Amino acid sequence: MTAARASALRIKTPEGVVFSLRLASPVLRALAWGVDALVLAAAATAIKQGARLFAMLGSDLAGALTVILYFAASMAYAMIFEWYWRGQTLGKRLLGLRVVDAQGLRLRPAQVVLRNLLRAIDFLPGAYLVGVTACLASRKCQRLGDLAANTVVVREAQLVEPDVEQIAPVKYNSLAAFPHLAARLRSRVRPEAVRVAVTALAMRDGYEPRARMELFGELAGYFRALVAFPEAAVEGLTDEQYVRSAVRAIYGK
Amino acid sequence: MILDLPRFVSAERVYWNELQARLDRLRLEPGWRMTVAEIERLHYLYERCSADLVRLDTFATEPHLRAYVESLVSRAYAEIHETRAPAGKIRWGASIAAFPRAFRRHLGAFRLAVGLTLAGCAFGWFAVRTDPDAKAVLMPFEGLMQSPGKRVAQEEGMQTDPLHGHKASFSAQLMTHNIQVTVMTMAAGITWGVGTIILLFYNGVILGAVAADYVGAGDGQFLAGWLLPHGAIEIPAILLGGQAGFVLAGALIGWGVRSTRAERLRAVAHDLLAIALGAACLLVWAGIVEAFISQYHQPVLPYALKIAFGILEMAALAIFLSRVGRA
Repeated sequence: MTAARASALRIKTPEGVVFSLRLASPVLRALAWGVDALVLAAAATAIKQGARLFAMLGSDLAGALTVILYFAASMAYAMIFEWYWRGQTLGKRLLGLRVVDAQGLRLRPAQVVLRNLLRAIDFLPGAYLVGVTACLASRKCQRLGDLAANTVVVREAQLVEPDVEQIAPVKYNSLAAFPHLAARLRSRVRPEAVRVAVTALAMRDGYEPRARMELFGELAGYFRALVAFPEAAVEGLTDEQYVRSAVRAIYGK
Repeated sequence: MILDLPRFVSAERVYWNELQARLDRLRLEPGWRMTVAEIERLHYLYERCSADLVRLDTFATEPHLRAYVESLVSRAYAEIHETRAPAGKIRWGASIAAFPRAFRRHLGAFRLAVGLTLAGCAFGWFAVRTDPDAKAVLMPFEGLMQSPGKRVAQEEGMQTDPLHGHKASFSAQLMTHNIQVTVMTMAAGITWGVGTIILLFYNGVILGAVAADYVGAGDGQFLAGWLLPHGAIEIPAILLGGQAGFVLAGALIGWGVRSTRAERLRAVAHDLLAIALGAACLLVWAGIVEAFISQYHQPVLPYALKIAFGILEMAALAIFLSRVGRA
């Protein structure tokens, strides 16, 4: 039975603050693994080349060193990186992912080693089929190694502020003349709607004229329904101009 | 509460940046030990960012900003609320003793691994003794397919060293293969122990079938001389892998324990690590012995000497696992 998938892991601190960690999807994790596989392939090539240097000690010893070094690299790569970079390998770092304790606590060496040793099972019968199946079946998107080590893989957030001047350039914002109404709009608007409006404004030149009119018509209708600005403030504004002014008002511009 | 977002961000950004810088330093310098003043400052920044997060809850127009502050709070939370001791410098004495201690703590799981392997041995023995044709199915290895008498004659009559020039490579391959088998036996514990049971039983079947084949042909001494030098360490190492697998399975199932699965797994994580690493070290030794000693037979190396060496190794391992690390 597939458990209901959660997109975030919610943790309540003793101070009563609730925060959530955005769980990484199997697709992102697979991409990170792809990067790590490339790194390991490069390491294997380097080890092979390095073995030529050892050949002066004898071909037998060089062969043994190649086998041992490659085995050690494939086993220890993720363990070493996840420990020293606090839950990140090169692939995870590039994709903005991090392994964390499922209780939000610091990752321990035993957890790092255990989740990586269990790759042996997650990889079966090939290409992480068991691991991917476990991820899809798990509520917290955990492969078997994560389950045993009590870890989850989360997406790291960066400070991203939308460039309002770029997406909604206006010289004069008539809605901003009514700060109490702008504040009411801020308090009532849903974050998803603001995100849609910002994206729509950023991509406005790429839409078909008809689709553009319909989209901004719907968005303007939503914003108008939240707060009624005086007629003087909205007179002559097209739907798109209204959405632009509303977004600027929400961001206090 | 209604916030003026730009003013809020410009006022708080300095604290977010400071917290991020401290968290990044902790990430890049795992050995960084903070002074009391630095810890107090980190705690202050954590509380301030937590408060910011609560304020942002009332102003949800910017999910990305909230996600960023959440990320800071979660990272700081992990640093501040961690109650387990930080991993300091490796103390080799304590690390070596951790292996036998972990072994003794889970003796029941080891006995189960031994029992299953013995059951497999009995099955393999019985199968080959009652139906010699079963050998081809039970031991799908080319080296074991020929008749024991023929192999013994071939090995004892060898004039040149068949491993000359690739002993070290052979040893490395044995080490890595056996470590993979042991890791798999341990990791298979995640299947509630079913995978570990199958692997241990199958290993036992092969051992029993080989023993039945050689003992039945009157070549028991050759078998003991061939297997004991490396098997005295290799077989217990695989059993240790099985023990770790059953410990993992036990924590997953949690019979008669009231704690949560996460707590149970956390409680055994260090023991699993100690047993797995200990078994891996044993297998490095077994790989060296198998390539450099086991493959040489009478008259190069007398069987009595090889058997005595194997018994000595087994006794040393038994003493190590039963005595080292006792208070």
